[in-house]
Amino acid sequence: MTSMLSEDLEQIQATAAAQIAHASAESLEALRVSLLGKAGTVTLALKTLGGLPPEARKARGAELNTLKDTITEALTVRRANLDAAALTHRLAAERLDVSLPARAEMAGAIHPISRSMEEIAAIFGAMGFTLKDGPDIENEWNNFSALNIPAHHPARAMMDTFYLTGGEVLRTHTSPVQIRTMLAQSPPIRILVPGRTFRADHDATHSPMFHQTEGLVIGRGITLGHLKGCLIDFLRAFFANPDLPVRFRASYFPFTEPSMEVDIGWNRKTGEIGAGGDWLEILGSGMVHPNVLANCGVDPREFQGFAFGVGVERITMLKHGIADLRLFYESDVRWLRHYGFSALAQASLHEGF
Amino acid sequence: MKFSLSWLQGWLETAAPLEAILTTLSAIGLEVEGVENRAAALAPFIIASVLEARPHPNADRLRVCRVDAGNGEIQVVCGAPNARTGMRAVFAPPGALIPGSGITLKTGEIRGEKSEGMLVSLRELGLGEEHDGVIELPADAPIGTGYAAWAGMDDPVIEIAVTPNRGDCLSVRGIARDLAAAGLGTLREFNPPAITVTGPSAIIWRNDFAEACPWILGRTLRGVRNGQSPEWLRKRLESVGLRPINTLVDITNFFTLDLGRPLHVFDIDRLAGDVLTLRPGADENFMGLHGKMITAGPQDCIIADAAGVQSLAGIVGGEASGCDESTTNVFIECALFSRVHIAQSGQRHGIFSDARQRFERGVDSQLLPAALDAATAMMQQLCGGVASEVAVGGARPNWQREASLRFARIKNFGGSDIGADAAVQSLEALGFTVRARDSVSVRVRVPSWRNDIAQPQALTQAELPGAAQAAAGAAEIEPEVDLIEEVLRLRGLDEIAPVSLPVEASVPAPALSPKQARTALARRVLAARGLLECVTFSFLDSPTAALFGDAPEALRIANPIASDLDQMRPSPLATLALAAARNVARGMADFGLFEVGPAYAPGAQGLVAAGLRVGATPRNALSPARMFDAFDTKADAASALEALGVPMESITTQPGGAPHYHPGQCGALRQGPRTLLAEFGTLHPSLCARLNLPVGSVAFELFLDAIAEPKRRRKTPPLLSPFQPIRRDFAFLVLKDLPAENLLRAARGAARGSISGVVLFDRYQGKGVPDDQVSLAIEVTIQPVEKTLSEAELEAISAKIIAEVAKKTGGLLRR
Repeated sequence: MTSMLSEDLEQIQATAAAQIAHASAESLEALRVSLLGKAGTVTLALKTLGGLPPEARKARGAELNTLKDTITEALTVRRANLDAAALTHRLAAERLDVSLPARAEMAGAIHPISRSMEEIAAIFGAMGFTLKDGPDIENEWNNFSALNIPAHHPARAMMDTFYLTGGEVLRTHTSPVQIRTMLAQSPPIRILVPGRTFRADHDATHSPMFHQTEGLVIGRGITLGHLKGCLIDFLRAFFANPDLPVRFRASYFPFTEPSMEVDIGWNRKTGEIGAGGDWLEILGSGMVHPNVLANCGVDPREFQGFAFGVGVERITMLKHGIADLRLFYESDVRWLRHYGFSALAQASLHEGF
Repeated sequence: MKFSLSWLQGWLETAAPLEAILTTLSAIGLEVEGVENRAAALAPFIIASVLEARPHPNADRLRVCRVDAGNGEIQVVCGAPNARTGMRAVFAPPGALIPGSGITLKTGEIRGEKSEGMLVSLRELGLGEEHDGVIELPADAPIGTGYAAWAGMDDPVIEIAVTPNRGDCLSVRGIARDLAAAGLGTLREFNPPAITVTGPSAIIWRNDFAEACPWILGRTLRGVRNGQSPEWLRKRLESVGLRPINTLVDITNFFTLDLGRPLHVFDIDRLAGDVLTLRPGADENFMGLHGKMITAGPQDCIIADAAGVQSLAGIVGGEASGCDESTTNVFIECALFSRVHIAQSGQRHGIFSDARQRFERGVDSQLLPAALDAATAMMQQLCGGVASEVAVGGARPNWQREASLRFARIKNFGGSDIGADAAVQSLEALGFTVRARDSVSVRVRVPSWRNDIAQPQALTQAELPGAAQAAAGAAEIEPEVDLIEEVLRLRGLDEIAPVSLPVEASVPAPALSPKQARTALARRVLAARGLLECVTFSFLDSPTAALFGDAPEALRIANPIASDLDQMRPSPLATLALAAARNVARGMADFGLFEVGPAYAPGAQGLVAAGLRVGATPRNALSPARMFDAFDTKADAASALEALGVPMESITTQPGGAPHYHPGQCGALRQGPRTLLAEFGTLHPSLCARLNLPVGSVAFELFLDAIAEPKRRRKTPPLLSPFQPIRRDFAFLVLKDLPAENLLRAARGAARGSISGVVLFDRYQGKGVPDDQVSLAIEVTIQPVEKTLSEAELEAISAKIIAEVAKKTGGLLRR
């Protein structure tokens, strides 16, 4: 469509082109109406076509169409250019200081004791344990007598027991829940008991309240080999070290026989777990004493099993290199933020921890 | 229990190095608590001869010494006044760490004279306060030999923890026996010499309390010379931390440790009459050898002469009849006391003595005559004297315990591959004697020092159907387990192959009960809302406890560790408030805490999630900080409830709450009229003042036990209408004290099926609103379901809303 235009149309086009080129965003629409609107220059020129002879009409018509298309095109381009310029201008004005701190939210955290308890539950859960709860305030039978600790037994004095004025005790271990469970259900039993425990001892390494997680497995054919396997499996998973050295030492607890303390390998100087050739006592365990079974009506000729108790604070301190036991209960917000865990990071075996 | 290596070697013939002994002790259940090896620190210090000591040319008080320490001549500058030619001294070469000062020696020059070491004093070696000069040794002290070895200080002292079952290992001989049985050497025999006796004892026994003391022996020694013990005995006692007193007393202490056999000596000339009587106390006072007054009651077994109490039997002797340097006639007591009586008396009086410790764990009931002879022999050897016949009270108790072991049980109970022969060998090494043995089992007699094996049955059974059978089972199994334990501990628990627990299903059932899982979820929700989880004590001071509810006597601790930890908390909020106050005192201004933990009431323990917010939201340029208010903790509680599956449309908010909240700014979240799920609000200003918390601190308590388990009904599919929702705003004038929740509920219920949401977006009081009223503005979302609604239909719904609000709340549309 580059055919030559008549002079008058050429004139219209030249004028229009100049006007469009200088039109502002606001005047462009008025200019379009003045050119292409009902009474616009181009429209009026088109209206004159009817008065022309048929042979002239065709050529003139083609020229007018060319003119109209050219002007329309020029208007569209101009509009786009003006829009682009306006946008650039706006964007230049709309700058944020993106270095401003975002709206602040308070960050919460899960206490390391809760976290450890969840990890312990996840690991033993995979071994088929279920969690049991029991009350912190216990009677002496559940806390001592049923567990083969008679009144005069030196072990009772060892426990530094808190007594309530009514004669009840604050449980010195989570073991009473073993008793409650054996009274309530028949073997096989495979339970885990996390909870608060209390002893009248308060210094840098002892707290009058602390947490234990107790385990009890009773069944047919459960041996000391299973005790070892179960605890080694647990410790290696908890400390995420498949080669963690684990050692079993003979010991004594009234409610188990044989009784064993369990040590893990570590480096006394650096605190590194699993290396260094030193040993660190980490939990107590043993085969459930026949008297404990019999006290709960379980015939030790038929059923046998093992029990263990893990000090939650102790393994938490080791795993995370926390030095001072007392700060676990101090609730210093700086400590909680430092050692706490994200609410959204669940302790799950498939995600790992 | 402390003992020195040389003392142990008196009973154990062994070539095992110290390290092997320590490892074995720990492995077999005699946990090593510490080893004190003074020789290690003193290793660099050697005996030297001072060849010449001449005045220092440039210093009046110093001397220049030529020293021979066995390795050529050395020059040392010394400031001690007693350094002189020809003396034997202790030389420290360069590189030695001086224990007394912590300084490592270097070769140096002192005022122009070279000094290649040091002559040391006792204080510099950390062996005493003596600092008048350097150590002077006898002329025959061998030059070049280690000083510690020469002085007999190269004897490591081992401390072990003896578990309550092992009374026999509260003796050096018992420890030696265990080590020998574990393969570390040979136990030497105990053969006390025969005593030549002359006539009956000057003192005889009268036993009126046989229950507490089944058997007691005594012997008179006349014409003894008491005084300081010989050096070997003093050193032995000092090595384990005992203070030597006099020979007679030291000998009793020696046998307490050596044989685990407590003895007592009475000065006969300080006793009234010639009879010592064992009887219950009659609330009598006497001064004990530990320097404190004792009042012996009717449950205590005492030993009395004609004048009164002379000893709290088996626990502590009396000062009046004790032996001192002037003692010439002595009566030796060697008794067997009931473990239970000693334990109870000891507990009652709070006296911890070596004698009590051994008697309450059980001594060897058959050892009395031999031990008495051994003690007599040593006293005669060191103090002279003529021995009498033995005075006896009571009778030797029978000791006939036996136990059986089926060899198969070593594997199917102990998980161990130890064979029958090895097992029997271990038992024999511990002193068990075989009574009968066949291919499947062995029957052994238990040695009299092992009170812990095959004990008389002591069950405290619950009343259950299978109790009798279970008791019979325990009687059969318990002694066998005792024997398995002995075999396993001696042969090493590390030898037992670990076996992973068999699991019933490769995908286990959930470990947590639904309630436990919901507790964990509540914890995560609250932490995700910006609160820091705390673990606080279950007890606190009773006045603070009382601020948060009840502080009943029944939940008071009888023996609190501190007076501010004497009451079980009525709510975790109580201890959390104290924790918050501690943080405020540290200068923390804006924070939120929570705890999921027990709340105690008499006879009941509940689980409560409590939270507390102090201060304001974080300061920020983009959104201004604002003080926390009751609605923050309402949101905390509501978020947790919603996460736990509580249907929120069933929750109503009721004004008011427990007295620790501000009465006008607290509320309760209830499900139905009965179930209280949570309380929240501003803490009471007087409580805040009392606890040093900022006024305006807010809190909530969520009663987790009250939350019903969510119904596991399958959800109906959601209504996903293709038509766009329409939002209309309304403002109503209502009475000022109308709970806004009532208006929202009325609007929501006005056209069920059409209204999908109602939000309160403005609450206005002031110009244009009468004083007793408030304007509540709501946005109602109308959701067409079947077709687009016409304007007339929308008007009808609006009319229903206005009518329902008017009916339920008296509210009038603001025009």
